[in-house]
Amino acid sequence: MEQLKQKHKDVQGIIFINLIRLLFLVLVIILLLLLGKIVVEGSGILSLEFVFDSPRNNMTKGGIGPAIFGTIAVTFIMILFAVPLGVFSAIYLNEYAKDTFFTRVIRTSINNLAGVPSIVFGLFGLGFFILFIGRNIDDVLETGLLFGQPALLWASATLAVLVLPIVIVSTLEALNSVPKTHRDASYGLGATKWQTIKHVVLPQARPGILTGTILAISRGAGETAPILFLGAAFFLPNLPVVDLCIGDYCIPMINPTEQFMYLAYHIFILATQSSNPTKTLPIQYGSTLVLIALTFLLNITAILFRYRFRKILGRL
Amino acid sequence: MKEVKISVNNFDLYYGEKQALKNISIEIPAKKVTAFIGPSGCGKSTFLRVLNRMNDLIDHVKIQGEVLIEGVNIYDKQIDVVNLRKRIGMVFQKSNLFPKTIYENLIYGLKINGIRDKKVLDETAEKTLKQAALWNEVYDRLHEPALSLSGGQQQRLCIARALAVEPEIVLMDEPASALDPLSTAKIEELIHELKTKYTIVIVTHNMQQAARVSDQTAFFYLGELIEYDKTSKIFTNPTKKQTEDYVTGRFG
Amino acid sequence: MIAEQSHITDIKTPDRSQESSFGKKIKKSIRIKERIIKYFFAVNGAMALVFIILIFVFLFKEGFKALEHIGFLDFIYLDQVQADGSVKRVYEWYPTSAEARYSLVPLILGTLLTAIPGTIISTIFGVAAGIYLSEVANPKLKEFLKPMIELFAGIPTVVLGFIMLAVGASFFNDLLNPVNRLNAFIASLGLSFVIIPIIASLTEDALHSIPNDLRMASYGLGATKWQTIRHVILPAAFSGVSASIILGFGRAIGETMIVLMASGNAANITANIFESVRTMTATIAAEMGEVSQGSDHYYALFFIGIVLFTITFFLNLIAEIVISKMRKKNTF
Ligand SMILES: Nc1ncnc2c1ncn2[C@@H]1O[C@H](COP(=O)(O)OP(=O)(O)O)[C@@H](O)[C@H]1O
Ligand SMILES: [Mg+2]
Repeated sequence: MEQLKQKHKDVQGIIFINLIRLLFLVLVIILLLLLGKIVVEGSGILSLEFVFDSPRNNMTKGGIGPAIFGTIAVTFIMILFAVPLGVFSAIYLNEYAKDTFFTRVIRTSINNLAGVPSIVFGLFGLGFFILFIGRNIDDVLETGLLFGQPALLWASATLAVLVLPIVIVSTLEALNSVPKTHRDASYGLGATKWQTIKHVVLPQARPGILTGTILAISRGAGETAPILFLGAAFFLPNLPVVDLCIGDYCIPMINPTEQFMYLAYHIFILATQSSNPTKTLPIQYGSTLVLIALTFLLNITAILFRYRFRKILGRL
Repeated sequence: MKEVKISVNNFDLYYGEKQALKNISIEIPAKKVTAFIGPSGCGKSTFLRVLNRMNDLIDHVKIQGEVLIEGVNIYDKQIDVVNLRKRIGMVFQKSNLFPKTIYENLIYGLKINGIRDKKVLDETAEKTLKQAALWNEVYDRLHEPALSLSGGQQQRLCIARALAVEPEIVLMDEPASALDPLSTAKIEELIHELKTKYTIVIVTHNMQQAARVSDQTAFFYLGELIEYDKTSKIFTNPTKKQTEDYVTGRFG
Repeated sequence: MIAEQSHITDIKTPDRSQESSFGKKIKKSIRIKERIIKYFFAVNGAMALVFIILIFVFLFKEGFKALEHIGFLDFIYLDQVQADGSVKRVYEWYPTSAEARYSLVPLILGTLLTAIPGTIISTIFGVAAGIYLSEVANPKLKEFLKPMIELFAGIPTVVLGFIMLAVGASFFNDLLNPVNRLNAFIASLGLSFVIIPIIASLTEDALHSIPNDLRMASYGLGATKWQTIRHVILPAAFSGVSASIILGFGRAIGETMIVLMASGNAANITANIFESVRTMTATIAAEMGEVSQGSDHYYALFFIGIVLFTITFFLNLIAEIVISKMRKKNTF
């Protein structure tokens, strides 16, 4: 019985488990320090003017209004392309298409496409959207060089292709998580496929689809590499806006054929290519803080949505 | 002589390469309870799903043979599966209520038939709940989540939901297997009352249950229909040795 | 095919010639709306498929043109004739000089010199974090930390590049006195911020998916927590953890902004982690804006694109296969 009282000492275990704790702690501290640095440096410049104003004095003064506008405009159009296409094709793949070798290959390809480097999508955007589609539109419409050059539309389209796998995969996951028994119940009552999808599947999958959509927006808003040569501009005096007039009524619309400023690109260009990077450092930190705040906000929303989604499903 | 509701002739079913039903022929009488018994995996559920073509939803299923309901082959090209399933209610092993309110669950079948009239919906809800002996328990909470009900109540609500579209046939796949004895008794009582109006086919692996509720019993083994007869005959004086072994619990 | 009718004699078979009311009720309905909706979804699916195929086709079409214009060997080296008539073999990326040189060797080495150290650092921290979350942290803390990791995985990479540039480079310049202020080491640290969350969360998944019985069995035999982790959990989760590292490595190879901002971008051939290097991704990013369409340089960049595409696609595929094998093995 003496042996039982003696506490067994697993020295190796104590060392390793505490090492794991230590590594994790180091990680957390580094992240908090860096985040703290951004918050401290960035909040100094943060103000309403900073968020809404244009850059002034060769980018050393003023704000990032046009870059924020550009980010919203590009991701908005991206969502218009990617979400309907992604959600609808996921519905087709999950609800209508039979499970065959072919559909399995497609699923695998979509999964892997999500891991293809974003810069490669940029190449695709340049070669396909601008030089192929854009130039051909110009030839057909005889507009001169209008579509065949870097522009907001093509940046959005390229980002849409980039986030398409994200939208499809998360929609598939959401649809898949709707229990088969609920579909059976619906079919058993004589519902058609569409009725079942509309009344049973989609209401339950909606939070999951929304989560994927928000994650896609956040991904698109944070991407820089693919839009480097698709129309992101260092500085533009005017917003990419055009007045759309019907008779006397004019509403300002995003002009998809123009170049645009982009928050993520703005940070990159100020940090690496402006004539005086140290002078613009406060603006760099300010822009970074805004971008991080934006993506965190989106991602937290997505996480909360998914949390709710899983809780609902867990209750079933 | 009984009126035959469903008659199945030489029916085979394959899941991919695997044959799950072998040359099944059976005639199921109208307004009676017919029970399918047999060991797990012998094809009872599969055969039940043959009767309302739920197997159509599973990829790689191949079938051969015919299923006549009132003389009409439901696997005929002229037949509409959706319309067919509207005429045949189905109750599953585990309650599969939608995560909606009690009321919404009840009227789902009507809603998909395009019925929007609030009065009709309300009346049907009340009528079917009463039929399912559930009205007294839930009449004051119709608009609460269906999943807040107890397990037995949920299953009876599933039955009520199936009855709301006024089917002629009700298929039940082990409807009481996940329930406590008290709830089971209630469901059995319910089945007994329903047979005055509906043709009922019930799958069960509980032999006492089959003996209690059914008029006819079919014994399945390894995808084959071994014996089919009056329930009293199957349980007291079966013809086949396998049936006898199974019903006396000397199986395996 | 309709088989012959059976003959159970004691029950009357209904007369089939006479159409019953039931037959009328279940007659075929034409559901136009249903069909239109199906085609609508199908068209969307087809369109998405077309885009996916287009990416493959287009990239490879443009990339392979590089082989016509430049030649495969030129992507490895160029034999340069010197002033004295001798021939010198050079491995250089110099696409804009009069005698353009297109060797991918410095770019591939640069990519590896940032991606490999980045993956090693991330493996240490990521696997530790995964083990911590799954086995060490108490469940309440874990509930909170898991979403945090996800949150950090979502930080835009340009932010990480900026941090390395603005903070990391100076810090390590003073501390280690590297050859170049911006170098492969700085870039690989930046990459770690991206890869650690990937490895950590996938490792956590892999460990978490191991049935609790296994843990209980080990504890029941008197093993300590560490012995259980070391001898039971980690071996069982080995393939999942490997897959997470492979995925992380693929991500490190494909990452652009961090290396573009922090690696110094000089196409050196070096094994010194403290020197500037230039990666494949950064090369595309820096040069694509300037090239004219249809030039050799343009196709060369597309060729780099297909090299990147192929490498990452296969790394992802391997990881996926490993993970699905693990799933099959772990479902009891
Ligand atoms: N969807 C399916 N795909 C392939 N095989 C199936 C499927 N459903 C059932 N089976 C197989 O068919 C046989 C009969 O199953 P089932 O009808 O569920 O039996 P029971 O209800 O009598 O337990 C079993 O061997 C089962 O494995
Ligand atoms: Mg069954």
